[in-house]
Amino acid sequence: MGGHGERLGIAYHAHGGDWCELALPFRDDLIGDPARGVLASGPILTLMDMATSMGVWLKRGSFLPHATLDLRIDYLRPAVAGRTVIGRGECYRVARQVAFVRGQAHDGDPDDPLAHVAGTFMLLDAT
Amino acid sequence: MILPPYARLLGLLPRTDDDGRPLLEMPFAPDAIGRPGFLHGGAIGGMLEMAAYVALRDALGGESTGDGAAAVTIKPINVTIDFMRGGRERTTFAAGIVTRLGARIANVTATAWQDDRTAPIAAGRMNYLLRR
Repeated sequence: MGGHGERLGIAYHAHGGDWCELALPFRDDLIGDPARGVLASGPILTLMDMATSMGVWLKRGSFLPHATLDLRIDYLRPAVAGRTVIGRGECYRVARQVAFVRGQAHDGDPDDPLAHVAGTFMLLDAT
Repeated sequence: MILPPYARLLGLLPRTDDDGRPLLEMPFAPDAIGRPGFLHGGAIGGMLEMAAYVALRDALGGESTGDGAAAVTIKPINVTIDFMRGGRERTTFAAGIVTRLGARIANVTATAWQDDRTAPIAAGRMNYLLRR
């Protein structure tokens, strides 16, 4: 994937018509709290930004240019040290200039999410 | 202040502004790129979160011990990031402001900018849970 996503080790996991799942394997250099060995929140933010961005591309059926307008993350619980985090991003609505996204991240059990996100993307090809 | 491994991955450097408040500097690195020519929103967001955390640590001051271990544990509850301008391939700065420091909750805002502090590229609003 190149750039920041590759630096963090983010990889493709699965996708559907309007959603994408990406994987963030645990790595020591992503730790935000050395005392507990817990992942920093920043890499999870990047994971969810990328997964929801892919969701928009999938729903629109093309790699059209867009930019994140805003992203909100609720950190439901810390990721368990050593576990790969899976981030699922879904695009649930494309308007003329804005795409609306939501998603969740988990570390093994989708029914026990560790983060929830909501956000919007500005469509840069819109006139 | 000792920054965690993720802050080192981003290349964050602790600085102080003219008023003596903490500031973070992130020299440009190809590892932070998202779409061609622009910083990744996640890297900017991660930097904002770290700036907010550093401001909160600074505000807690004497409640932190001198050896880098914290007497107060800080857990992020949520963060909302607004992206205002594309981050270009140059040095980025970020600083946080603690808007309210309560017994259990801290509300913090943070902004990131490049050439002009009054023209931020992104801003964040963070809520933290404190355990004393």
